[in-house]
Amino acid sequence: MKKVIWWAVFASLQGLDALEIVIDRGNDNPIPIAVVPFASSNSTGDISGVISFDLIRSGQFSPIEKENMLSYPSQPEDVYFRDWRILGMEYLLIGRHLSRVDGGITVTYRLFDVSAEREVKSGEITAPRDRMRDIAHRIADDVYEEITGIRGAFSTRILYVLVENIGTSYARYKLEMADSDGERPRTLFETSEPLLSPSWSPDGQRIAYVSFETGRPSIVIQELESNVRQRLPSYPGLNGAPAFSPDGRELAMVLSRDGNPEIYTMEIATPARRPRRVTRHISAIDTEPGWTPDGKSLIFTSDRGGRPQIYRVDLRTSLTERLTFHGDYNARARLLPDGRHLVYVHRREGIYHIAWQDLETDEEPRVLTKTSLDESPSLAPNGTMLIYATQDQGRGILAVVSIDGQVKYKLPSSAGDVREPSWSPYLDTLSATRGL
Amino acid sequence: MMRQVRRYNVALLVAAALILVGCASQQEPEPAAQPAAPVDVVPVQSQPAQSQAVQAEPESTDFDSRSRPLMPTGRILATKFYFELDQARLSARDLRLLEMHANILTRNRDRRLVIEGHCDERGTREYNLALGERRGNAVRSFLTSAGVRRSQIEMVSYGEERPDDPGHDESAWSKNRRAVVIYR
Repeated sequence: MKKVIWWAVFASLQGLDALEIVIDRGNDNPIPIAVVPFASSNSTGDISGVISFDLIRSGQFSPIEKENMLSYPSQPEDVYFRDWRILGMEYLLIGRHLSRVDGGITVTYRLFDVSAEREVKSGEITAPRDRMRDIAHRIADDVYEEITGIRGAFSTRILYVLVENIGTSYARYKLEMADSDGERPRTLFETSEPLLSPSWSPDGQRIAYVSFETGRPSIVIQELESNVRQRLPSYPGLNGAPAFSPDGRELAMVLSRDGNPEIYTMEIATPARRPRRVTRHISAIDTEPGWTPDGKSLIFTSDRGGRPQIYRVDLRTSLTERLTFHGDYNARARLLPDGRHLVYVHRREGIYHIAWQDLETDEEPRVLTKTSLDESPSLAPNGTMLIYATQDQGRGILAVVSIDGQVKYKLPSSAGDVREPSWSPYLDTLSATRGL
Repeated sequence: MMRQVRRYNVALLVAAALILVGCASQQEPEPAAQPAAPVDVVPVQSQPAQSQAVQAEPESTDFDSRSRPLMPTGRILATKFYFELDQARLSARDLRLLEMHANILTRNRDRRLVIEGHCDERGTREYNLALGERRGNAVRSFLTSAGVRRSQIEMVSYGEERPDDPGHDESAWSKNRRAVVIYR
């Protein structure tokens, strides 16, 4: 019997355009934790709610409601472990905000193991006051890593395409970037023509995407800090599916300038910028390249065998092997950070799902999603979850599922159809946490 | 002379189409007087095709006043061609219609054509861009093999990005898997 958690939080802090999060399912045995409201020297707003919600979304924690707490300690001397044992808590997080004379804010936190009755982690973070949410996500990352042993990915962002007035002649395509919890969305580019395939550079400072703004598809690279956009020279036919190499020096892409879609790579650091052709398969579709973590090979979709399947090509030897053998439609694959597991769009009985596969066994792929018309899976940098696009009551929404299929939540938007999500790499948005 | 031969081919094709379509065509109203005829429907002619072939200068009869391409009968020529799921094969009916487009384009070398390739929403977006291009290519290669210059044709695939019908069922999907030809 699976335990089901229902939870809905409505985006109100950042305006109506934010994605809303609806949690469908959590883990079987989430870890009980108390995130006590942080004490504040004045009214700077409490970040414990943001931390709690990060931990809930991971599916691995079940924070208790603050109404059920027996006390609200903010310093170690006020902690009575008995209060938290009675409530069945395994962990306790307390903290405080301190306003600084320079207008910034310092947040300190302490994490306790309740049964061992000891502090296991602490930290102090200073940042400008408008970065309270960044501080909260950083603390959630620290807590998550301390307890699970896996680096947290809450201080990350997602790119996605928002389409307003879909199905009308006034359709607007907006490339959006939001926090991993859907908050603080901002528009990076806007056009009346289709936008798709956004992806991140490995350092998180640039993005690449496909824009039809000229009436033809072209690949655009955009700097996030300056918002400077650079359209790559476009060739006749398709210019699509950009993917940065793990070292950030090359871009894999699809061009059909020679008559049919083929995979290319291009050095983007050098001024010459000549695409180098990787696949050579006249009459087949080769598309949707993704890099292996070592940067030595590409995985891609090809229908050279008659149906779309996933292949891997070694960039040095051009040796190519097929990776998927179950089903007649497998596409848009991405490798987990371990390089051994694959997620991709898998059609089963006419329904398009996201599936997971271990490349070292011959087992059938495991279907992770119960929705339909699922596409564009994009992995969190720690490989524990993926975000994808799906449909809900005829509307495009984003959804997240854990790699074990246990944790699921949706991110609909009240502003329109959302699609084409891309999860950022780890971002260093704040200086490192200092231990206390 | 070439022109005559081409027209004769069309006449034969149309005649063949007539035979295939059968008696339903007999009830069709006089087509030439219907400028608002639906563009998507295959027009069926009721006049003997043979006599059409020798009539009229092409320049004036290939397009109507709103620049829409016309069949030799004067009815508006279909500009959308539909495909099966995952497929890029044109039907025999579409090839007959495209033959008429080829004839218009070879008679009017100054006219250019944009071919758009489209898909339904199922499957991945980048794969669908490629599939839409394959559909567009099917149209383009037929037209060029029928004598249209490659320089007269531009092609763009929109994949699943520009559905004709925004619905999410087979009825919508079948309308969205299409190639569209647009005269410029």
